[in-house]
Amino acid sequence: MSTVRELSCREIVELVTDYVEGTMDEPLRAAFEAHLAGCDGCDRYLEQIEATIRIAGTIEPDALPADFRAGLVEAFRDFAAGGHG
Amino acid sequence: MGAQLRGRRRAPVRLTLLYRPDTATRLHPDEDAALLRDLRAGDEQAFERLLDKYGPSLLRLARLYVSSRAVAEEVVADTWLAVLTGLERFEERSSFKTWLFRILTNKAKTRGQREARTLPLSSLAFDGDEEETAVDVDRFSAGHWASPPRGVPEERLLAGEARARIEEAIAALPPNQRAVITLRDVEGLSAEEARNVLGVSETNQRVLLHRARSKVRAAFERYLEETA
Repeated sequence: MSTVRELSCREIVELVTDYVEGTMDEPLRAAFEAHLAGCDGCDRYLEQIEATIRIAGTIEPDALPADFRAGLVEAFRDFAAGGHG
Repeated sequence: MGAQLRGRRRAPVRLTLLYRPDTATRLHPDEDAALLRDLRAGDEQAFERLLDKYGPSLLRLARLYVSSRAVAEEVVADTWLAVLTGLERFEERSSFKTWLFRILTNKAKTRGQREARTLPLSSLAFDGDEEETAVDVDRFSAGHWASPPRGVPEERLLAGEARARIEEAIAALPPNQRAVITLRDVEGLSAEEARNVLGVSETNQRVLLHRARSKVRAAFERYLEETA
């Protein structure tokens, strides 16, 4: 298997999405992980990216306004009564 | 959650498996299929359950494309009507969520274009800022960190303030980056599902996601620095 030259920190931050997305080929992934193993700064950068993704996943949308929701349920009743349901 | 973040340092874990936030769907993969079966039989409770499960997300997504809450509500209402009339044709080759989000996105884009607020996604695929870097170049010296990032304290992961700051940073993104990060990281869609919803190429999806996550991370880091 071919190997990839050593990556710089500046390159790591541009490659981090490909890494997290799992879209890197194997030699590049090995080089990425080799860099991470020896670089606290990049390891923490990845940690921050992962934390960002996790926290974003906890953002909940507001509930539907009650009158809007009631209108949609009403529309469903009309639809179902129209012989479609 | 902290244990998983730290565990990565030692084991070359496939990160794609770790962060999917779409826990509800993952835990109950067959719930939608059962609800759709009931919905086809005209069951109002099934409709209400789907409405409460996905309606708030639909309204949030619609707001990415149209200017007012009222228009967003119209788009959401049109979407549910399209779901009801199209239910017989839905063949479950994609997940219900993806199908639903795609209908919503197409309708919201059409409305948004009519309002002249948004351009077709393809023409804005890079949001016009192709030169930007993930991190300010001043942070590096000869390619390596001059001022390296700090670790993430456990309590910061759970802080409501962190979530508020990340939400704010997402809201400030260019529209296409905002759409991609909302679908991927907030709604928990896979890359393929997000591509299907938005109709963008694999590369564009990833580039938009990279820019979005890079900026939101930077905002999160500023928050960490302030509270350090």
